[in-house]
Order: sequence, then C-alpha cells, then structure tokens
Amino acid sequence: MSAPTLWRDLRRYTPARVALGRAGNALPTAAHLDFQEAHARARDAVWSALDVPALERDVAALGASVHRVASAAPDRRSYLLRPDLGRRLPDADAAALADAAMPGSFAIVLADGLCGTGVQAHAVPMLAALLPGLRAAGWRLAPVVIAHQARVALGDAIGESLQAAAVAVLIGERPGLSATDSLGCYLTWAPRRGRSDAERNCISNIRPEGLPPDDAARKLLWLVAAAKRLGQTGVALKDEEPAVSALSAEDVGRRIGP
Amino acid sequence: MGFAHTVGGTRHVFSDLRTLLARATPLRSGDVLAGVAAESAAERVAAQRALADLPLCHFLSETVVPYEDDEVTRLIVDGHDAAAFAPVSHLTVGGFRDWLLGDADSAALAALAPGLTPEMVAAVSKICRLQDLVTIAAKCRVTTRFRNTIGLPGTLSIRLQPNDPVDAPKGVAAQILDGLLLGAGDAVIGVNPATDNVENLCRLLAMLDGIRTRFDIPTQTCVLAHVTTTLLAIERGAPVDLVFQSIGGTQATNESFGVSLALLQEAREAALALKRGTLGDDLMYFETGQGSALSAEAHHGCDQQTIEARAYAVARAFSPLLVNSVVGFIGPEYLFDGKQITRAGLEDHFCGKLLGLPMGVDVCYTNHAEADQDDMDALLTLLGVAGVTYVMGVAGADDVMLAYQSTSFHDGLYARAALGKRPAPEFAAWLGRMGLAERTPDALPAPMTDLLR
Repeated sequence: MSAPTLWRDLRRYTPARVALGRAGNALPTAAHLDFQEAHARARDAVWSALDVPALERDVAALGASVHRVASAAPDRRSYLLRPDLGRRLPDADAAALADAAMPGSFAIVLADGLCGTGVQAHAVPMLAALLPGLRAAGWRLAPVVIAHQARVALGDAIGESLQAAAVAVLIGERPGLSATDSLGCYLTWAPRRGRSDAERNCISNIRPEGLPPDDAARKLLWLVAAAKRLGQTGVALKDEEPAVSALSAEDVGRRIGP
Repeated sequence: MGFAHTVGGTRHVFSDLRTLLARATPLRSGDVLAGVAAESAAERVAAQRALADLPLCHFLSETVVPYEDDEVTRLIVDGHDAAAFAPVSHLTVGGFRDWLLGDADSAALAALAPGLTPEMVAAVSKICRLQDLVTIAAKCRVTTRFRNTIGLPGTLSIRLQPNDPVDAPKGVAAQILDGLLLGAGDAVIGVNPATDNVENLCRLLAMLDGIRTRFDIPTQTCVLAHVTTTLLAIERGAPVDLVFQSIGGTQATNESFGVSLALLQEAREAALALKRGTLGDDLMYFETGQGSALSAEAHHGCDQQTIEARAYAVARAFSPLLVNSVVGFIGPEYLFDGKQITRAGLEDHFCGKLLGLPMGVDVCYTNHAEADQDDMDALLTLLGVAGVTYVMGVAGADDVMLAYQSTSFHDGLYARAALGKRPAPEFAAWLGRMGLAERTPDALPAPMTDLLR
C-alpha cells in the first residue's frame, strides 16, 4: 500500500473513527449523525426482545427438543440493575428441568443476555454445526434451554437441574457501536450454582464479520474435548488460539481490572 | 458508637461511620445493589445532617475497613500528617464544607492535602452539590512532570487512547496520527492492549517510543498492561515511560486486581531506575472506578464512593503522573444513568484533587447505561470548569477495542476552546512547530506520511 498523504487516508488502516473532518472544533454533520445512528442501533438492541417462538421453531427444526425458562429478573430494567436476579433460576423452572434431567449429558442454553439480536441471528447456525459434532463425539444432548433475562451464571443452575456433565451458554453480548449482534459462548464443566467466572472458558465476538458461527462451533468442540480430558474448565484449560474480540457481556468491569 | 438525626418526627439511627457514610450518599444503583443505600430520601438527608455535625477528627479514631485486615487502612492511618491537618482539626464536616467554599485558597489546600484522609473528603463530597464540587476542585493546584508539565493553571491535557481490536501496529499508529492532528496526546499516548502478554507489550512499547522519538513529541507513552507484565518488559529492556495499574480502595480489591502496595512500590522503583523522565520523575499511572470493590466482593459494607476515595490514598503514596476514574465504564448496575455518572465523575475528581492527585476523568458510558453524548458533553463541560487535569481522547468517541464511548479528540478541542484552556506548554509549542496549533491540514505533515508505509 502506498504511503498516506492525506488526513482521510488514515481510514485505510483502522476500523476506528479517524479522519472525520472538522466543523469548527466539532464533528461535521454526517459524521455526527453516523455516530448517533450507531448508538441508536446499539440502544435499541439492548432493549430488543428475543422472539422466543421463532427461536424455538428453528431449534426444533434441527431435531432438538426445547425447554423454556426465565430468570428471576421480572423485566429489562431489573435485569440491568440486578445482575444477581439474572443469575437466579426460579424454583418452578428448576423443578421442571429436574423432571427432564439427563445425568452426564451435554446441556445447551440460549440466553438473551444484554442483546437478543445475536442469539436470534447466530445461535441456530452455530447449533447446526455444533449438534452433529457433539453427537459424533458420543454426547447425549439434554433439551436445549431458551432462557429469558439471563446472565451467564444462570447456566450453572440450569446445568445442575439437568444433572448435565457440562453446559454451554450461548448469550448475547453487550452491543458496541460497530457490532450489535455479537454472540458469546461460555463453557462450564460440572455446572452447579456458585461457580465463578474463572471456572469457565469463553468464546466471544461470534458473528459473520467476527468469528463465524461454524468456526465458533469447531472451537467449542475442541474446548469440550479438552475439558473432558482435564475434567474441568476455566483457567486450567488454555485455549491454543485465543480469540481477540470486543468485551463480552460479563467482562464489563475489565477496564478497571487486570 | 452510633449516630442519629431526626427528620419529620422520625429518628434515624446509624450504627457506625461506614453506615452513616453509605446512607448519606446520593442515590446510585451500586449502593442499592450492595444493600447499603438509604431506604428513603428522608433517611438520606438525616444521614447527611448527622454527617455534617460530625467532627473531622472523628475520622482519625474510627475506620470504615478494619486496620488489622487491610493494608490500605494501615496506609491511611499510619501516613496521616497531623501537622498538615491542624488548620481544620476543629471543624465538623459541615464546617469544613463552608471553609472549602469560602476562605480556603490554593496554597492552603495544597498544604492541607497530606492531612486529609479519603474518608474525610468522601464525607464532605456527600453534602456538596455539583456546583460545590466544581468550585472547590477548581481551587486545587496539582502539577506533575515527566517529559512535560501537566496540571498548570489554564491547561487541559488529553490522553491519546489509540486502542485497536487486535493491537495491529498500523491501526494504533493511524489513530495516534489522527489524535496528534487534533491536538491530543499531552497527558500520555496510552494504549489498552487487547492481549496482556509480555511479547505483545514489548512490541507495542517499542512502536510507541519509536513514534515519540521520531517526531520528538514532548510527551510520554504507556501500554496499560498489568503491572507484573510491565515489570517483565522492564527486565527485557523495553522502553517503559509510565507504569500503569488499576487500583481499588481495599486490600481485597487490589488482590482481585493481582496487586499489593509492595508490588506497586517494586514496579515504581524499577521504572525510576530507567531514568527516562526529562523534566521530572512522576511515572505512575493509575485508573480507578466506583463499583470495582463491590464487583470483587471486597467492599466491607461501605458505599462505593467512599471506597473509591480510598483508592486515591493508594495512588498518592506513589507520586503518580496521572490518575483517572473510568467513571461510566463499569455499567448500569453501579451507575445507572447520565445523572449518576455525572455526579460520580465530579465526586471522583473533587476527592482526588483534595487529596493532592493529578486527577483526570474518563468521561464515558456503555450502551446498556441510560446515557448518551449529551450527558458526556455536560459532564465534560462541568469537569473542565472544575479544572480537570486531563480527559481521554478516542477517535470519534468510539473505542473499537473496549466497546464503549469516551470523549473524542474533537471533544478535547471543544473543551479547550469553550473554557479558554491550552495543552501542556511543551506540547503546545510542539503543535505550533508542526503547524497543528490552529487547524488540521487536509494533507498530513511531511514527516508523518511514511509512518504507515
């Protein structure tokens, strides 16, 4: 590539919003409204509701049985303000899952998280690649659980109720300005209430322009096999190719942590 | 001992100092989440009245986190300068507020700083309105030096934050050029790395130092890795100007960050030995933020703003060049909306300045908070009037690595123009030499064109 000579040439080198021009000291109108549009889309994504019946149909079409649960967070505002409620599974849901328990199975949770858009768009394509791989590896599959107003750790309670050997939570990530449809995937071996985030492995930025769903499924299958060998997930299980990505839903505090 | 005050015929009782401070704190979601917030507006104002009547010297006899359990408490108590405290030792918290707003001048406040504890300044902030937080902070003068002079009256510095999703060198370099063209970078050119390992750190440090020396920019560079990674980079001979670390206000919070006071001291000494500063040797860079202690379950039943102020006691023990709260980053479960973020940002700046720190603020928000650019403009303007030492500069306000919105390079230009502020003098002179002081040219200045070849 030839050397840049103009301010606007800087745009060739970064996805960041460089060389936006100046109107006095401010952004020119077009750049200002580009930002407003991106923020509006991100805001709407946070408050968007998962279309559960549609997701249920699409998952059932893959030959999986489906179960629905909702966390203890009664609405979106409570969900945002009270992370603890989003991690709690109401007793009735826990009992219903216990009736469908499959000891030693692999459990999958599709959770809306901070943004339903990514789950709606990319969870089913990822499952389409994942389910045959799990079956080929000899796993029995627990019913796929669709979880509303859910945080990652809700998967611990779900996996515990199902008596699953492991749980993968596919969850909508906090929307950024450049991507509002990122899906995160958290794998937890021997799920039960009270597991810490250090006991999970994470694949993030799953979307066609980031880590495509097929590749994410392949990566998860590798992690599942490694977790089975080790008998655990978390810091002890090192990903050979760490995916670099935007912050995941549960990683919001990382900027002020190591 | 307990505290009490009667409001509207109801007597409100507060069992200890940490409870009194927590109940007196203006409403924010993190204190509700922690279960320490006042249950009603009346209880809150009762706590504020009881707090206003409390003698400042009481803070020297009752700790909010046990001395035996916490090295931050020990640092605060053992490091207290009684002689510096003497001029205000007869005042209550309420009387202290009146004095700060009235007779206190810049020289008196600078002399007083070592005599104040973080709990004292947190307490007075809780009975201040926003305009009080602005007025008092604006009287504080804190100047620090490494390769330039930060914090002089009439200046506003900018950290140039060129984060890249994969630490791509050209992606970082393009953002640095964009920031320099728009007058940013006098506080520091500082990258948050996407990957915290020593090879990556050394690569980024060499690149940043190369750009700085090539254009002879009177500023400092930093990669905001964990302090242990920075120590490894120093061992490998990497060009480390500043040592960065996130810190909190309790020992357990710092343990959750993987640091201790001894480790911070070790890192500071290692960097001092490199003798890279030309005008001074202030070389620590700390970031903080309300809510980090609760998120690490290390808050000891205290409110998040009091714990935040205690983090500044950690910072001031290491003569930092820069300290900033990342006020809106942590999310709505700690600061729900623009109103809460605005107040917290002004409190953090106020408390840091009273304790003698070169205090900046990352004026920022995430997409799940109830906030937008208007809230950021208001907070940036208020902080500018309050004399904030520096703010962030992020291309287009959109950090494409950390996925949050901070202040843009343009915002820095706005704040300087609206408030009559200049960059650090050495950097302002450099901008003049590069032809960038008044405008941004359409063509890149000649020496910059081959940086991205």
